[in-house]
Amino acid sequence: MDIVIAVIKIILALVWFLVLTLYLTWLERKESAVIQDRIGANRANIWKFRFLGLFQPFADAIKMIFKEDFVPAFANKFLHTLAPFLSFFFVAITICAVPFGDTLRLGGRTISLQVLDLNAGLLFILAMLSLGIYGIILSGWASRNRFTLLGGIRGAAQLISYEVALGLSLIGIIMVFPSLSLQSIVRFQGENILGFIPKWGVLLQPLGFVVFFFAALAETKRVPFDMPEGESEIIGFFTEYGGLKWGLFMMTDFMEIIIVSALLTTLFFGGWQVPWLAADGFHWPWGGGRALPHGVVVLLQLLAFNIKIVFFCWLQILIRWTYPRFRYDQVMDLGWKVLIPLSLLNIVGTGIVMGFLK
Amino acid sequence: MIKALGYFLEIIKGGLITVRHFVTNMWFHTLKVLGLKAKRRGAVTIQYPEEKKELAARHRSLHRLLRREDGKPRCVSCLLCVTVCPSECISVEAAEDPDSEIQKVPAKFIIDLSRCCFCGFCVEACPEDAIRMDTGKIEVAEYRRADLIYDLDKLLK
Repeated sequence: MDIVIAVIKIILALVWFLVLTLYLTWLERKESAVIQDRIGANRANIWKFRFLGLFQPFADAIKMIFKEDFVPAFANKFLHTLAPFLSFFFVAITICAVPFGDTLRLGGRTISLQVLDLNAGLLFILAMLSLGIYGIILSGWASRNRFTLLGGIRGAAQLISYEVALGLSLIGIIMVFPSLSLQSIVRFQGENILGFIPKWGVLLQPLGFVVFFFAALAETKRVPFDMPEGESEIIGFFTEYGGLKWGLFMMTDFMEIIIVSALLTTLFFGGWQVPWLAADGFHWPWGGGRALPHGVVVLLQLLAFNIKIVFFCWLQILIRWTYPRFRYDQVMDLGWKVLIPLSLLNIVGTGIVMGFLK
Repeated sequence: MIKALGYFLEIIKGGLITVRHFVTNMWFHTLKVLGLKAKRRGAVTIQYPEEKKELAARHRSLHRLLRREDGKPRCVSCLLCVTVCPSECISVEAAEDPDSEIQKVPAKFIIDLSRCCFCGFCVEACPEDAIRMDTGKIEVAEYRRADLIYDLDKLLK
């Protein structure tokens, strides 16, 4: 029975992840269109039924599946094929550590709404996101094309310059919520400061949030930090790819956006926590409360988690369509000279404040 | 430090511009979906095949040949349009007309639209005001090149 529940959880999490990824492409097109006073893709239809172009992702997917799977004669065929799958796999696996909600009581069982409650879930996600760079380096190298190689090497250089800041910025969070398990970090955020302000990570770690946000934007490898791709100068590591393999790289990008949003909500915005909602219902800070059945509470938590994730996806797409890209050396400067000192400052400051509060 | 903060402020201001565009456009889109009256539309897009932009009065569209009152083409086969045409897409073959006032009429008048660059020189060169580009037809696309060669009958329509 446990195995069945685990399989159902894996399938549900993956379906949620992939459907959200598909519709993130739709969101990206529509949002950029609205920002630029356009309408965006709205022609894909089923029996003349358009509905805001919501069928567009499926049309794109079908097109990509039926395109020719082309491997250049000069490429290393094995690695060229392996690279997109590596890239995709390391991002797709991170979903297992993301807590979607609190526990669900169903027929005498307590099911944790998380695929796998790793006691080092945070480190697991960070590690898998860093491993994703192997796909990029391999694709750049295996294509045997100078520009793809440049893209791959740039990806590696960018990774080194922001990954340190990414890790250091989270040490403050680990100090405040003393755990590496994402589920317990979220549980810690259910408490209130002074009895009425939700104890969310962003209020305790504002500087850590800013540093993590910038580093995480670099992690997704999109404009303003699209060093490996660099559409305007080198086409990037996926120049020699087409069809579904290129689609895997594109989906990796969007899945990274979702994972970064999930990390941002889980660590800094209370994850599935709804302000003042406990397991038995709302407890208003001005006294009194409202008891809710268990199912409603779980639904509210899932809804809160999804709304927060969609908001951060929206924010990241907004940033992608607002700012011009950084130059190669500017990303290095930002990573090494600004973000790392700031994150170190954050650790020291957090330590001092915690020492005084003890 | 102050300079860096200034940059940061400008970055946020830039972000607010796109947020403003997003919010106002979404507001007008929502009003339209709800069927309420809005000050303007959410997007400047003209949804082309369903919705067409009004052409300017002087817009150069598909050619047409004009007729006299008795129905014969006004063209007198002077070949000025053939001479002036920069893409050399007009070819005219003259025939004799019994009316001594007219003397020449076109036996063939062919415009190869696959070569035409829609410069309008033929209209300006014509001394008889026999050719005009005011039909308002701008969708001249065909599946075969032969369909783009317009002869006298097609042009007189």
